[in-house]
Amino acid sequence: MTNPSGIAVRFAGVSRHFGDVRAVDGVSFEIHDGEFFSMLGPSGSGKTTCLRLIAGFEQPDAGNIVIHGVNVEGVPPYQRDVNTVFQDYALFPHMTVSENVEYGLMIRKVAAAERHRRSQEMLGLVKLEVMGARKPNQLSGGQRQRVALARALINRPSVLLLDEPLGALDLKLREQMQEELKALQRQVGITFIYVTHDQGEALAMSDRLAVFSHGRIEQIGAPSEIYEHPATAFVAGFVGVSNVCIGELARRLTGSAQAFAIRPEKISMTPASGQVPEGWFSTTGRIRAVTYHGATTRYAVALDVGGELVVMQQNAGDGGRAVRAGDTVQLAWPRHLNQPLAGDS
Amino acid sequence: MTAAYAQPSLTSRISSALYLHPRLLLTLLLAPPLLWLGVIYLGSLFALLLQSFFYIDDFSGNIIREFSLATYAQLFTRANADVFLRTTLMAATVTVAAALIAFPMAYYMVRYASMKVKAALYLAVMLPLWSSYLVRVYAWKLILAKEGVVTWFAAQMHLTWLLDALLATPVVGGPSLSISYIGSFLVFLYIWLPFMVLPIVAALERVPASLTEASADLGATPTQTFGKVILPLAFPGVVAGSIFTFSLTLGDYIIPGIIGNSRPFIGQAVYQLQGTAGNIPLAAAFTIVPIVIMAIYLMAARRLGAFDAL
Repeated sequence: MTNPSGIAVRFAGVSRHFGDVRAVDGVSFEIHDGEFFSMLGPSGSGKTTCLRLIAGFEQPDAGNIVIHGVNVEGVPPYQRDVNTVFQDYALFPHMTVSENVEYGLMIRKVAAAERHRRSQEMLGLVKLEVMGARKPNQLSGGQRQRVALARALINRPSVLLLDEPLGALDLKLREQMQEELKALQRQVGITFIYVTHDQGEALAMSDRLAVFSHGRIEQIGAPSEIYEHPATAFVAGFVGVSNVCIGELARRLTGSAQAFAIRPEKISMTPASGQVPEGWFSTTGRIRAVTYHGATTRYAVALDVGGELVVMQQNAGDGGRAVRAGDTVQLAWPRHLNQPLAGDS
Repeated sequence: MTAAYAQPSLTSRISSALYLHPRLLLTLLLAPPLLWLGVIYLGSLFALLLQSFFYIDDFSGNIIREFSLATYAQLFTRANADVFLRTTLMAATVTVAAALIAFPMAYYMVRYASMKVKAALYLAVMLPLWSSYLVRVYAWKLILAKEGVVTWFAAQMHLTWLLDALLATPVVGGPSLSISYIGSFLVFLYIWLPFMVLPIVAALERVPASLTEASADLGATPTQTFGKVILPLAFPGVVAGSIFTFSLTLGDYIIPGIIGNSRPFIGQAVYQLQGTAGNIPLAAAFTIVPIVIMAIYLMAARRLGAFDAL
């Protein structure tokens, strides 16, 4: 389903309040047709409410939502051309896997033979052809997840909504499903709107993502843009690890009170009193803590000017660096990698 | 190197023995209830069954303790068959009505009510069970009596004609609500309703709200969602509730004695036969009937798949 504007979903000044809580607070954004769009944020940031507004489970208190050119105000979920993969999968326990997958077609009174053909096709897509006769409680978490996916995709929705679909899976399976989901999205060409609180997942899978906090969008952009150029202190802190320097600390490090963020892996760490290249900021400090992370090691450095910076180094080579807690070090980073932060400091 | 444990006390030795032999523990735990169930409950049922095969001597009125089907043959007289039919129809009507009233109540309690309202509703459903059954039945007698509040209210609303029309209905009507099948039905419904509400609430609470949303998301209208998802999943609760309302109505002998026309129900027949009439074998045979009816009912419920989701 394509439309000339190329916009799958448009929010214009949308708000949704629950009592005094502004779950979604005047949010405006656009999701392009066919893109993998993530809504990232901590719990209670409004991302799931946005998803439920698109699905039609919630109605906005203000603003309007347009799906493929149609204002969906007052349109119930069962009349919307979107389908949802629920966080708890929400498979019908009294139906077999096939019956679950065919549910949407059964409701639309598609003939049984056609239903069966398409459900087999869908189960093939998610590699569960042989599981059709089972009940959901006989499947593993990952298999249930795929059934939920097949049940939604069989209706050929114009937009697929995914509410933390990988949250209940263990790490290895989650990584595998991330790749499969991404491949599936390319294969079917449907707009995926993906809600997650896992920043790694959002960075790895999305074409673009929106970072939510307190019912508002902090920043929208491609993963690399969000990571390399966080617009606010919240984004810098929530997406990846970041040193957020504000006020007095920022002034002491750079000479300007402009708040900034610097990623730990951008900072080079050398024994004290080394040469600093032209155009770099530098400071000195003492290592307070060393945390070993396998591929990398993280150092918390207490600065001589006050405050602390986190530095991350690859464990290349033998990995046995002779830097220990208590050592004095010099930290330096190129000026242009300082990411100035907007707003509240 | 093995360090010796301190010599254990008797209680700790018993604890260890029970911990290491879980089957022993299970046996000890289950023995009292099994003895109770086996001897008192099944024993009395068996005694009942046995009695029903004896018969009473028409001349002397003595019980002849010999095997006979003569007592069972008496069950099939027109008058007795009417008793069964009357009781079963009443039980079925009460059950259907209770399900129709209880389901929306239970659904509201589970899906819409806030925690406070839900607690209040639970209390409202349970509260009548705290007061005496007899007091409640007599209260209803006053409410339904010709001089009672229902008659008064109908008069105030200029609906006396409606009440009269209702009471003029053949068979179920009567001189007043308290002396009619309608009256017995209303009181049965009131007294047993909690036993229908609570199992349905329990069943609905096991149906996550996300299933309703998933169904709507997949294109089902609320009516379709109710028929395809909510009702099938709550059905075991409805059946559990119906087992209560049906069997309790089948066996009750107090309500029809106080409210209703004087035609007997099974419970009343048993009461009279073993009391005033002294015909224990026929009373026993009468008692077997509701057991058979319940057995048929449960088999039908199983056929309908009521226990599949348990």
